[in-house]
Amino acid sequence: MSDKLIVSRRGLLKTGAAAGVGLAAPMVFSRPAWAYTNEPKGKSVIFGFNVPQTGAYADEGADELRAYQLAVEHLNGEGDGGMLNTFSSKALKGNGVLGKKVEYVTGDTQTKSDAARASAKRMIEKDGAIMITGGSSSGVAIAVQGLCQEAGVIFMAGLTHSNDTTGKDKKANGFRHFFNAYMSGAALAPVLKANYGSDRKAYHLTADYTWGWTQEESIAAATEALGWETVAKVRTPLGAGDFSQYLTPVLNSGADVLILNHYGRDMVNSLTQAVQFGLRDKIVNGKKFEIVVPLYSRLMAQGAGDAVKGIFGSTNWHWSLQDEGSKAFVKSFGQKYGFPPSQAAHTCYVQALLYADACERAGTFNPCGVVEALEGFEFDGMGNGPTLYRADDHQCFKSVLVVKGKENPTSEFDRLEVVDQVPAEQVTYPPDHPMFAGGDLGKCNPGA
Amino acid sequence: MDAFLLQVLNGLDKGSAYALIALGLTLIFGTLGVVNFAHGALFMLGAFCAVAFDKVVTAERVLLDPIKKTPWGTPLEVRVPYAKVWFGDAGEWLIDYSVPISLALAVPVMMLIGVAMERGLIRHFYKRPHADQILVTFGLAIVLQELVKAGFGANPIPMPAPSSYQGMADFGALIGMEPNTVVYPTWRLVYFLFAAAIIGAVFAFLQFTTFGMVVRAGMADRETVGLLGIDIDRRFTFMFGLAAVVAGAAGAMYSPILSPDYHMGMDFLVLSFVVVVVGGMGSLGGAVAAGFLLGILQSFASMNEVKQILPGIDQIIIYLVAVAILLTRPRGLMGRKGVMES
Amino acid sequence: MTNLNAADRLLLLLFAVAVLAGPVILAPFGAGYPDLLQKFAIYGLFAIGFNILFGLTGYLSFGHAAFLGVGSYAAVWAFKLLSMNVLPAIVFAVLLGGLFALLIGYVSLRRSGIYFSILTLAFAQMSYNMAYSVLTPLTNGETGLQIALDDPRILDGAGQSGGLPLTNLFGLPMNQTWESELLGMTVQFNVGFYLCAAVLILGFYAALRIFRSPFGLMLRALKSNQNRLNYTGVNTRPYALAAFVISGMYAGLAGGLLAATDPLAGAERMQWTASGEVVLMTILGGAGTLLGPVLGAGMIKYFEAILSAINKAELSDLLSFLPDALREPLVSVLALFVGEGWHLTLGVIFMAIVIFLPGGLVEGARRAMRLFSRGASDAPSEERPAK
Repeated sequence: MSDKLIVSRRGLLKTGAAAGVGLAAPMVFSRPAWAYTNEPKGKSVIFGFNVPQTGAYADEGADELRAYQLAVEHLNGEGDGGMLNTFSSKALKGNGVLGKKVEYVTGDTQTKSDAARASAKRMIEKDGAIMITGGSSSGVAIAVQGLCQEAGVIFMAGLTHSNDTTGKDKKANGFRHFFNAYMSGAALAPVLKANYGSDRKAYHLTADYTWGWTQEESIAAATEALGWETVAKVRTPLGAGDFSQYLTPVLNSGADVLILNHYGRDMVNSLTQAVQFGLRDKIVNGKKFEIVVPLYSRLMAQGAGDAVKGIFGSTNWHWSLQDEGSKAFVKSFGQKYGFPPSQAAHTCYVQALLYADACERAGTFNPCGVVEALEGFEFDGMGNGPTLYRADDHQCFKSVLVVKGKENPTSEFDRLEVVDQVPAEQVTYPPDHPMFAGGDLGKCNPGA
Repeated sequence: MDAFLLQVLNGLDKGSAYALIALGLTLIFGTLGVVNFAHGALFMLGAFCAVAFDKVVTAERVLLDPIKKTPWGTPLEVRVPYAKVWFGDAGEWLIDYSVPISLALAVPVMMLIGVAMERGLIRHFYKRPHADQILVTFGLAIVLQELVKAGFGANPIPMPAPSSYQGMADFGALIGMEPNTVVYPTWRLVYFLFAAAIIGAVFAFLQFTTFGMVVRAGMADRETVGLLGIDIDRRFTFMFGLAAVVAGAAGAMYSPILSPDYHMGMDFLVLSFVVVVVGGMGSLGGAVAAGFLLGILQSFASMNEVKQILPGIDQIIIYLVAVAILLTRPRGLMGRKGVMES
Repeated sequence: MTNLNAADRLLLLLFAVAVLAGPVILAPFGAGYPDLLQKFAIYGLFAIGFNILFGLTGYLSFGHAAFLGVGSYAAVWAFKLLSMNVLPAIVFAVLLGGLFALLIGYVSLRRSGIYFSILTLAFAQMSYNMAYSVLTPLTNGETGLQIALDDPRILDGAGQSGGLPLTNLFGLPMNQTWESELLGMTVQFNVGFYLCAAVLILGFYAALRIFRSPFGLMLRALKSNQNRLNYTGVNTRPYALAAFVISGMYAGLAGGLLAATDPLAGAERMQWTASGEVVLMTILGGAGTLLGPVLGAGMIKYFEAILSAINKAELSDLLSFLPDALREPLVSVLALFVGEGWHLTLGVIFMAIVIFLPGGLVEGARRAMRLFSRGASDAPSEERPAK
């Protein structure tokens, strides 16, 4: 029985000798066996895919998992290589990462912060995952990001749209490729102005939790800058199901645009019901009443069916894009699974590749090396044009898609059409923008 | 005034869904004395009867396009619904009206499910503690919803109402107000009428048929009725099936309002228990009354004017009312003494 | 005060040994890592507390998660405002859990049976809904309350720099883990787990004393016939309320420990599904028995953690000894029950246990024992499961 003492390889240890005080001081125990948390010692390296497998986002989670499996294949040199062929960085050779074969473990976030953290901890403590990635909601992303910072592993966020993820809750070990609520507003505003004019009265229905609030704030700011007036901002409980009691007041409010700051099932239901309430056939103030859904996803559009027709929104990526990267990804995903990938699948696939590439370029799996390699990294060929991973907040800056519900879909996957690809400059904001203020990246934490 | 009337209408519309679910639950819960945590799942199954029916009538003939390809290189599929190929216009009509027609599938299927559930499972639990009933029915609910998830996925499935019922109806004009002051979605009015009809039918059945009379007697005193040589067990089996039918029909007709997904039953479960208990155990009338009461209150609590004074009131109003009623009326609105009190 | 008899002392001893050896015993089952071990202990404690109310008095609370949540929030606020030491946090959690239980219990216990259940459910759901939305300044809503660098921490906030401070017990950090190789397995001894284990054993001991005390007897009487007690002039309400508050304090304690091992408090801890979970744990293990709730809690948490982690690729590896023709269909069938289908397994297990083992796991074990030693009529009658 050989004993070794690992001083908190699971977490940042800043405990001093002074009793009861968490101070920065070196520990007096024996030398740690790891240079950083879960340093891969064998022939393989383990990625942790933490996605919602039960609950409302289960289908999105399943699609994320498909994308990850594809990414692992491509990293290990199986399949057609997908976006590795179009990715501007050529560090990855299709022989794993740093010569180690990529393996993975999976877990269920249940779209609950507690369960997501428990699942991530399991992957870190038991399975030895070197990084955690995935997720389909901002609450979970922020909770898991915090955990990864403490544990000393990298977190590559999946689908998370709240400003806070790379704003007030940003962490040095966390990175987000997905776009955010501010970018949605900035990208949508010109399109809304061109289509609906600058004299509009907007009525917000907002999911009553952090993500909803940041989106409401972002969209209201962007539309008010156009000259729109915000008539009301109404908060609706998560999972309300029937939103009719929030829709009836809209009818006589004098508003002529309804903005639905909902996601997932809430969005499917509120949009379907808003259309049912005849809002789209109304004429108010001499103008046709319009509905806007700032954050779209293809899966949600599928759930809402015909209700999405003609409705504007923004999305991170869509499979109908015609650049080389998107085409390569859609091709290998479609061949493997028989249908096109969702935007959640895309962002997760890209995140896995970006992480692997950063390790390869850094020459190490050490989180601090990876952070350095990703900070300020510029790349192309991943489906959104030239992209920057900004060092100040670990947010990707790239083009954002403005989409519209298609009038004549040819299949259940063909619900959205891309109206505009808004270039990155137009959605870029200073790191100290008030909507993102109050956070601190802190220092990268390698654990151990 | 218009806004007020709209909110009342909305409350009635919400209330009709609550009342229907509570009615089915109270048939089982308040009368057979079984805590049925699978009732939400029955509602969900009903909605998926509509989905399944829709899938069948919209089953498509898949042809491969000889020229066009998908972005990943396989031939593009051209899909035409069989119903349209075979029946032409009648087929199209069938697809359009799939939700109401699906009741023809939902009613027998739900009756079968209900009877099977009672015969196979629930009857062994009449004499078991409530805790055991909770565990077994909750387990059943999970199994049912996971099976639906495995079959239909987790994403909500859009179920449009028949096209002629998709628009708005001028309710104001119907009651003699100026045209276009109070308009309301037609399908929701249909749902309200449907709910009223079902509730009326169940009441009439229990009140005016011999069968219903025996059941009511059985609820009051099962043993005596049994001693009279009446096979009360079979009647209770039927009652369970009836409850399942009510829940299932409610779910099927609700599908255009709330796109069905596998988890919708759980969302209604807690609410339906609250409604039943607020109405009072063992009282069908209480359950219906509580359903409408809570629907209307919830609708009013969601008005901006109210929310400005009491932020978040719309999220807790149902529970707040439940507490208030249970504290002032020990057995809910119309509860009977001694039912489920120990 | 009654003293514990020899059988009870043996039970306590065995329980303590089993809990303390948890990391070794559970390692072969893939459950020997700190987070899951902590969850076993914490939810075991939660269920023990719940059982004092439900198992003894028969009052079925459907809102106990509220006290767990309140305890967690109290503990995280203690970390933010006072000190990263877990002791004050846990004390606050217990006190606030108890206080909440007193308020809610006082009102809810005016009714009994299903009416009581719905009252507790209503209070818990109100707490959850408010915590998720309107009370976000206090609870940080969706994301959950976390500690931050700029928290005041008046007792030990000075001088910290760089990363976030760790929860600790007088300097011993909760996430510190010793590893050793034992029989080819890596066994992880974690400080946080041993804190939880110690509290669990204490909590078990306290429950044992309550079960064996006159007070416990009174609670059982309450369950069997409250009316008769009332007629004999006993005012039963204070007893029920005491049981309710005690179990609320257990829940608060569990919530405090959750925060101590992982300083984050999420609103969904208070949701009705969480309240339902502890009910299921207790019934699954055996309501009214001492060990049952702990077993039930362990079972549910184990399945949640382990089954959800198995994916198709792993299944395929696991069954790689089978020929392809057999393996693939088997994998696709089994895949229904693991990974994204782990809820299905849970549902099937709930049904199977309640159908085949009425009375829960403990009752099942007892039957098995009786089967082995048929004729032995000295089975302890006191631990009969709840009717």
